[in-house]
Amino acid sequence: MSWVSAETRARFRRNRSLQVGLAMLAALALLIFVAPLFLHADIMAVDFGQALLPPGADHWFGTDDLGRDVFARVVSAAGVDLQIAIVCVFVPFVIGSAVGLISGYVGGITDVVLMRIVDVLWAFPFYVLVIAIVGSLGPSLLNMYMAFTLVAWISFARIVRGEVLLVKRMEYVQAAQVLGYSQTRIILRHVLPNVIAPAIVFMMADVVLTILAVTALGFLGLGIQPPTPEWGVMISEGRNFILDGWWGSLFPGLAIVYVGVTFAFLGDGLDDFLRPKA
Amino acid sequence: MVLLKFTAGRLLQLIPVLFVITLIAFLLLRVLPGDPATLILGSRGTPEDIARLTTQLGLDRPLWQQYLGFLGDMLRGSFGQSIAYRTAVGPLILERLWATLALVGLSTVFAVAMTVPFALMAALHKGGVVDHVIKVFFVMMMSMPAFWLGVLLVLLLSIAFPIFPVSGFGEGVMDRLYHLFLPSFIIALGTAALTIRSLRSSLIDVLKADYIDTALAKGLRSRRVLLAHVLRNSLISTISVLGVHTSWVIGGTVVIESVFAIPGLGYLLLSSISARDYPMVQGLTVTFAVLVVTINLITDIAYAVADPRVKLS
Amino acid sequence: MSGSPPLLQVEGLVTRFGAVTAVDGVSFDIRPGEIFGLVGESGCGKSATCRSLIRLFGGASAEIAGGSVLFEGNDLVRLDNRGMEDIRGNRIAMIFQDPMTALNPTMRIGEQIAEGVRRHRGLKGEPARREVIALLESVGVTSAESRLSAYPHEFSGGMRQRVLIAIALACRPHLLIADEPTTALDVTIQDQILKLILRLSKETGLAVLMVTHDLGVVAQTCDRVAVMYAGRIVERGDTRQIFRRPAHPYTRALLDALPAHTGRGTRLKPLGGEPPDLSAPPQGCRFHPRCAFATEVCRVEQPSLQPIESRHDTACLRAGELGL
Repeated sequence: MSWVSAETRARFRRNRSLQVGLAMLAALALLIFVAPLFLHADIMAVDFGQALLPPGADHWFGTDDLGRDVFARVVSAAGVDLQIAIVCVFVPFVIGSAVGLISGYVGGITDVVLMRIVDVLWAFPFYVLVIAIVGSLGPSLLNMYMAFTLVAWISFARIVRGEVLLVKRMEYVQAAQVLGYSQTRIILRHVLPNVIAPAIVFMMADVVLTILAVTALGFLGLGIQPPTPEWGVMISEGRNFILDGWWGSLFPGLAIVYVGVTFAFLGDGLDDFLRPKA
Repeated sequence: MVLLKFTAGRLLQLIPVLFVITLIAFLLLRVLPGDPATLILGSRGTPEDIARLTTQLGLDRPLWQQYLGFLGDMLRGSFGQSIAYRTAVGPLILERLWATLALVGLSTVFAVAMTVPFALMAALHKGGVVDHVIKVFFVMMMSMPAFWLGVLLVLLLSIAFPIFPVSGFGEGVMDRLYHLFLPSFIIALGTAALTIRSLRSSLIDVLKADYIDTALAKGLRSRRVLLAHVLRNSLISTISVLGVHTSWVIGGTVVIESVFAIPGLGYLLLSSISARDYPMVQGLTVTFAVLVVTINLITDIAYAVADPRVKLS
Repeated sequence: MSGSPPLLQVEGLVTRFGAVTAVDGVSFDIRPGEIFGLVGESGCGKSATCRSLIRLFGGASAEIAGGSVLFEGNDLVRLDNRGMEDIRGNRIAMIFQDPMTALNPTMRIGEQIAEGVRRHRGLKGEPARREVIALLESVGVTSAESRLSAYPHEFSGGMRQRVLIAIALACRPHLLIADEPTTALDVTIQDQILKLILRLSKETGLAVLMVTHDLGVVAQTCDRVAVMYAGRIVERGDTRQIFRRPAHPYTRALLDALPAHTGRGTRLKPLGGEPPDLSAPPQGCRFHPRCAFATEVCRVEQPSLQPIESRHDTACLRAGELGL
């Protein structure tokens, strides 16, 4: 790793939160990619003979009312939920950062108009907008991506714009302007690298919020549709037989908490790593 | 008096915001792909049905006429006609408003009640075992889906410890608060996760402040210093965090109301969506936004009251 | 004055902040009504010394590891926390360096003064209010009554320092610890505040421990002075004696840095180098790496305070031969 400076490596070694977060993320990725190779259980096959078995050696998380292995379904759902969360965070991150960058750097009437839009969108509760959009258009993956993108970019725009306003006054940016560098070059080479860290840190928190929202949609029947395994859907289905087996709802929820804690550690760690305090 | 002027000024600033809010709520369901009448009727609709509904909803008129009609309905308080209920939207929303407000209010009270002692404990034992336990517990709370916690607590409480009602809204004020206890508590856990973190870090800052030395040098009892000086000043920055999060909570009520079958705005939103009750969804969207704007206004005022350095102008 | 028993007697005080021994065996005494100066560069342990006296360390984890602080019959080092709270603000008061940050920004001025009055003197309601007004007037705040409900941000720095003095004097303490009371103020205001402290000391018989890095302030106010370097007192005596015949090379260097002070004898080179790292102080005399007169013995042997004339002590191994 000679391309990483000694200082950066030392900073990483001291950063316990980042190490824990990355380790938890790696474990999760390993499970998602490797587990299907070993799990012989078919996540879709209904087998009433195997219904509602409690957790044990054969079925670590038990089976649901249709006899499907809960562990296999929780692992399979991890891929589904994480994929949605990553798309629903990354696209708004790119759009929002671009808007914030332009709004803050260009200023003037562009800034006023863009920020008014952000302010007003801010007034609509996230869940209400997403539910209204997905609910009206009908539950589908594409509609979900669209709803989240439409709503989630404003946080990133606000964060990045605030940083740009600070950086714009810094000497190196002023110097680049005096030297007559092109606007594109100044924005991409001098401003962007210095404003993006807080947005990346927020992206980690946003993954948690988005997973919560995606699973909530699934739970309400407005997101991923059964029989595709999805944590929110599984919790909702588990409710139907909760008096006969608590495991159907418990384990998908624990999986959500695991992801949440992972990204909380990553967020804390990245905050320290990208923005070392003095 | 100054405060009154400040509030009035803020209210005036809100008028254009409210105007744009109605515009967005109006456009939201119209710029999205898909024709409302077709969506409402779904696959059952014949072309004749769709045409009739289009006329009935006024969707054949130009967009600006439709919007003016919507604005007129809002000003009259009717918010348009509900398709599912076949009556004005406004009064129906008003009827359901109180359950949601009570849920948000009670959860905020619980959140504050949890935040102060836990943040104090964490800050005073900074870096110690207590601090870490509180941190880990509330990080988990923050990533815990409210609906999942609701499902599990309902199971636990309905079987093992039948103390709290697990569904519905009850009759009379006390009974209703009793019914709201569990859902409010679940929401509060998520809020507290955030506010404890914020209050803890500002407590740690304030504990180092020079004016705390001045207060201690007066010989005041440590309890008095902690409450009148440390906590009082630390709470200011937490007010903003609480305000922003309450806006989030208002959206979150949709899910929790569904789990606990509380007849609030969120419950109405979900049933209106499955009934394809367009005007109701539109009216509810505006109502939710107005609630958020109001919470933000209250936060601003609370902030100005709490911090005398904020200029009331 | 020399006959009266000391009001405060500090013996061998040692205070540690983790691995750093900020105060290392400091001894001095203050007599009733006296203004005693504690002078030295920043980081020499003078603030830590006075904070040790009332055991307030501003949130830092500090430990008084040795010595005693005798005050009106109590050893403050061994007093329990409640007992210490009864003394703070009541018998010993303290004012801090930066008046801009030393007042609670969300509490009205009147209330900040009244707190102490209520706590130690049991005054409440109207009598407390009248007392607060009288206090504000005594420190030169005009139209005091109308200022009670003001907040600190409405006051200038000088006014805030007056308020802080009023807070300190609220219970007529016998000792005032003033930690760099004028450092953060404009020059013109500095003079006013010093004169105010001097006047109050004369009028009420208040003893003052004046902590400063500014020998000009010492010359203007103090009866006696102790010079601190790297956690220790290196010279101690009457202000006039020390200004006329500084016995320690460090004191001498400080005096030479003073514009108004016309040095006698040969001029020393300006004081170079940095104060030592207190987590690993140098062997022998702590000043020897910066001292123009250091010899082999200074590098090895640790000097202790020795009298060189009546009521004038210094901790320099070569004090006798140098005759500064």
